[in-house]
Amino acid sequence: MSIQTAAKRRIDMPALLAWFVVLMVIVGLFSPIFGPDYGVMDVPSLAVCLVILAIAGVRYELGFMRNLIGDLILGLVAATSAWLLVSTVSQHVGEAKLGFWALVVATWAASWLFVERLALWKSRSQSLARIVNLAIPAIFGITLLVLWQLVVTGAGVPKVLLPAPSEIWLRLINSVPTLWADFQQTFLKAVLAGYIIGCGSAFLIAILVDRVPFLRRGLLPIGNLVSALPIIGVAPIMVMWFGFDWPSKAAVVIIMTFFPMLVNTVAGLAASDAMQRDLMRTYASNYWQTLFKLRLPMAMPFIFNALKINSTLALIGAIVAEFFGTPIVGMGFRISTEVGRMNVDMVWAEIAVAALAGSLFYGAVALIERAVTFWHPSIRG
Amino acid sequence: MTALASAKDTGTVEQTTSASPKRVIDIDNLSLTFETNDGPVHALADIDLKIDEGDFVSFIGPSGCGKTTLLRVIADLERPTAGSITVNGVSPEEARLNRAYGYVFQAAALYPWRTIAKNVALPLEIMGLPKAEQQDRIARNMDLVNLSGFEKKFPWQLSGGMQQRASIARALAVEPDLLLMDEPFGALDEIVRDHLNEQLLQLWAKTNKTVVFVTHSIPEAVFLSSKIVVLCPRPGRIYDVIDSDLPRERNLDIRETPEFLKIAHRVRDGLRAGHSYED
Amino acid sequence: MTDVSLPTTRSSNPFAGLMSGTVGPVVVVVSAILAIWYMAAVALNTPFQQEIYERASQTDVPLSQLVTDTLAQERPVLPAPHQVVVEIWNTTVEKKITSKRSLIFHSGITLSSTLLGFLIGTTLGILLAIGIVHSRVLDKSLMPWIISSQTIPILAIAPMIIVVLNAVGISGLLPKALISTYLSFFPVAVGMVKGLRSPEVIHMDLVHTYSASRVQAFWKLRLPYAVPFLFTSMKIGMAASLVGAIVGELPTGAVAGLGARLLAGSYYGQTIQIWSALLMAAFLAGSLVALIGVLEKQTLKRMGMAR
Repeated sequence: MSIQTAAKRRIDMPALLAWFVVLMVIVGLFSPIFGPDYGVMDVPSLAVCLVILAIAGVRYELGFMRNLIGDLILGLVAATSAWLLVSTVSQHVGEAKLGFWALVVATWAASWLFVERLALWKSRSQSLARIVNLAIPAIFGITLLVLWQLVVTGAGVPKVLLPAPSEIWLRLINSVPTLWADFQQTFLKAVLAGYIIGCGSAFLIAILVDRVPFLRRGLLPIGNLVSALPIIGVAPIMVMWFGFDWPSKAAVVIIMTFFPMLVNTVAGLAASDAMQRDLMRTYASNYWQTLFKLRLPMAMPFIFNALKINSTLALIGAIVAEFFGTPIVGMGFRISTEVGRMNVDMVWAEIAVAALAGSLFYGAVALIERAVTFWHPSIRG
Repeated sequence: MTALASAKDTGTVEQTTSASPKRVIDIDNLSLTFETNDGPVHALADIDLKIDEGDFVSFIGPSGCGKTTLLRVIADLERPTAGSITVNGVSPEEARLNRAYGYVFQAAALYPWRTIAKNVALPLEIMGLPKAEQQDRIARNMDLVNLSGFEKKFPWQLSGGMQQRASIARALAVEPDLLLMDEPFGALDEIVRDHLNEQLLQLWAKTNKTVVFVTHSIPEAVFLSSKIVVLCPRPGRIYDVIDSDLPRERNLDIRETPEFLKIAHRVRDGLRAGHSYED
Repeated sequence: MTDVSLPTTRSSNPFAGLMSGTVGPVVVVVSAILAIWYMAAVALNTPFQQEIYERASQTDVPLSQLVTDTLAQERPVLPAPHQVVVEIWNTTVEKKITSKRSLIFHSGITLSSTLLGFLIGTTLGILLAIGIVHSRVLDKSLMPWIISSQTIPILAIAPMIIVVLNAVGISGLLPKALISTYLSFFPVAVGMVKGLRSPEVIHMDLVHTYSASRVQAFWKLRLPYAVPFLFTSMKIGMAASLVGAIVGELPTGAVAGLGARLLAGSYYGQTIQIWSALLMAAFLAGSLVALIGVLEKQTLKRMGMAR
C-alpha cells in the first residue's frame, strides 16, 4: 500500500492547503468582517487571528520548521484562531460578511493541514501511534462542532432551524433531571430488557434450529427475509397490545433484535470447518462437547456482529415505538413533543444523550468482543 | 490391471500371516463408492490390507487415488459400502468410541482461542480425565515434540512447523493405539519437513506406536516407513505393498544409500505403472 | 456435459427430494406460522367477543360460532390473515390508484421517497468510499465518524428533520428521502471501502509493475473487485432506506404513505389497516431487495463472476 501512496504525480495536499490558508487570509484582510464597514483592524482579536494564520501558512510554504514541533505549533495556531473566531462572533450574531467567512475557511484549512501532517507522523512508539489514531477523528469531530458553531452564529441561523452547539450544551446541563428520567424510561427499562430478552431467546432458538436440519432449512430463508423487512412497523401493534408503558417498547426491541441474532448465530454455528469437526469426531466427542468446545467459540465473531448491530437497532426501536404512544416520559416522547413546541435545542440535547448512550452501548459490546474473540484475525491485527 | 493388483495382494497376505505381532488393522475386500450428481465415483475398490502393531505404514499415490479416503475409513470418518474392516478386532466405530485414534490432519487445526497447552488438553477434557492426569500428559507430550516452554503461547504466535508439532502432541496425548497422519507435513517447507521427519522417527522409536501415514512424497514415505502401500486411481486400489528392510534406526543420510534408492525406485515404478495416462 | 440421454436415477421418492431442499421446509414453516396466527387470533379476540355476547345477553354460544365471530371482528386485537388479505385486496384492486384510500397510492408515495433516498445514499456512499480508499487523512478522520454516525439513533430525529425542513418551506419528497439517504449511505460506504480494498496485494503489485495510474488501477482492478460488495450492501441499504421513508412519514400528520397508514391505524384502532400496511411494506421490501438480487445476478454473470 505504501508503494501506492508514493505513486507519481500525486497532488501535494499540504502545500495546496497552505497556499489556500494564505489566500483566504489575504481575502480576509481586504474585505469587511462584520456589517458593511467593520474591517479587520476594528476587531483587534480577529487581527491577531489573521496574523497567526498567515504565519502558519507561510511557515509551511517556506519549509520552516517542518517537524514535530512545527506541526504542534500549527495545531495550536489553528485552535487559537478557532477560539478567537468563536468568541468574537458571539458579539456579532448574524452579521458575518465575506471577510469573516474567509477567516473561517482559513482556520478550517489550517486544521485540515494539521491533521494531514499528523497522519504523516512516523510512529516511533506504539502508544504514540495509538494517540495519533485517536486524535485524528477527535480533531475532525471538534472541527465539525466549531464550524457548526461559527456558521450558525455567523449567519444568524434561526434557533428553530438549527441551534448552535453552545446553546444545546446549555440546555443539556440545565435539564439533567428530565433527561435522566427519559434515559431511565427508554434505555434502562425498554432497551436493556428488550435487548437481553431478544438476543437471549434468539440465541437459544438458533441452537435448537441448528439441531434440527429441517427447521434450519425452513426458518433460515424466512429469517433472512424478515431481517430485510421494516419490522419497526409493528410498533403500533405492540403499543396496542402491551399498553403505553415500557413493556410495549421492550416488545418492539425484542422483535427487532431477534432475527439478526438468529440468522447470525445459525451462520456462526455452521462456521467451523470440516477438518475441525472431523477432529472432534475422532475424539468421540458428543454433541454438547462439540458445541461448547468448538462450535460456540467459532460462532462468537458472528454472534458479536449481531450484538453490535442490535445495540443500535434496540435504541432506534425503543425511541420510534414511543412515537406511537407513551406515558409522559421517555426519549421518544420528549423528542416528539418538543418538536411540536419548536424547542429544538431540547430535541438536540435529547439526541446528544441518545447518541452518547448508543455509542457507549456499542463501545461496551465492542470491548467485550475484543476480550472474547481476542484470537480472531480481525482483532489480533 | 485388477488381476495384477490382486496378485500382489495375495503376496502380501502370505508375508504378513507369517509375522508374529498383534494384528491392529484388518481390511478385507473393502470398497467405497460415492454417489454424486455425475454418477457413482469409485473411491476405493477391493482393498485388502493388514497392519500389525508397531508398523509404520505409508500410503502413497497420486491425488485421487483414495489414500486419504482409506485413512478416513480406518478412522470411521467414512463408511465403506462393501467389504469389512476391523481395528483391534472391532469395528472402526467401536474403536473410535474407545478412543483408539490420534489423527493428525494436513493443517494443524489448533483452536486459536486456546493456548498450546489447552489445545493439547482438548481431547483429554472430552475424555473426562482428572486434572492431574491431564497436566501430566500435557507436560509429557509437549516435551516429546520439543515444545516445552511454549505452553502459554497461542497457536497464531507459533511457526507452521511448531503448530504441526503441537497437533502431533495433541494426537499423542490421547495415548492412542493408532496414530493416523494425513499429509501432516505437506504444507511445510523442505528443511522443516526433514527435521520433523527425523523427529517423528525418534518419536516412533520411543513410543512404538502403530502409525499410518499418508503422503505423496516418495523420499518421505521410504525414509519413514516399515511398510509402503502404493495406491493408484480410478478406481482407488492397492497396486503394490513394499516391506522396507531398512534398519529401524535411521538418519537423513540414509537417503543416499543404495538400499534406500532401491526401495524408492520400486515405489516410483509402482506409481508410474499404476497411473493410467489414457485420461 | 452434453450427455442428455443419461437418465437421472436420483430421488426415486419425489417427496423426500422436496423435503430435503429448502422449498418443502419453508412451506411447512410458513403454514405452521399461519396456523399459529389463526389460533392466536381466536385466543386474543375471544375476550372482546364474549363481552359482545354478554351485552346482547346471548348465553350458550356454540364454539364454531365463537370461532367465526372472533375471526370476523371489525377491530380485532389480532386480525386473521384472511381479513388482512381481503383488506389489501379491497384497497389495491378495488380502489382507483388516485384514491386516498388506495394502498397502491400510499405505497407509491413511500416507494418514491425510498428510491430517491436510496439513490442519493448509494451515490454518496460510493463517493465517500472512493475518497476514503484514496486518502489516508479521510480514512483516519472520516471512517470512525461514519461508523459512530450509525450509533446515533437517526430515526429518532427523523420527525424533527421533517418538521424543521417543513418550517423553512422544504416539504414533500425531499425531507423523507434525506432520512432514507442517511440510513442507506452507511452500509454502502462501509461495503464499498471493504470492496475497493479487496484486491489482493499481488494484484495491486501487478498493476503497479504496469505503472498504471491510480485512476487506471481504480477502473481496472478496484472497481470490478468491489462490485459484489456493492450489491450486498445495496440490499441492506435498500431495506434501511424503506424503514427511513416509513418513519419519515410518521410526523407529517398522517397525510400519505405507508407510515402514515400505520399511524392513522393506531390513532383509530384500525388494526386491519395497520396489518395491511405492514404486509404491504414487507412486500415492498422483499421485492426491492429481490430486484437488486436479480440485477446482481445479471451483472455478475456478464462480468463472469457468477458462481
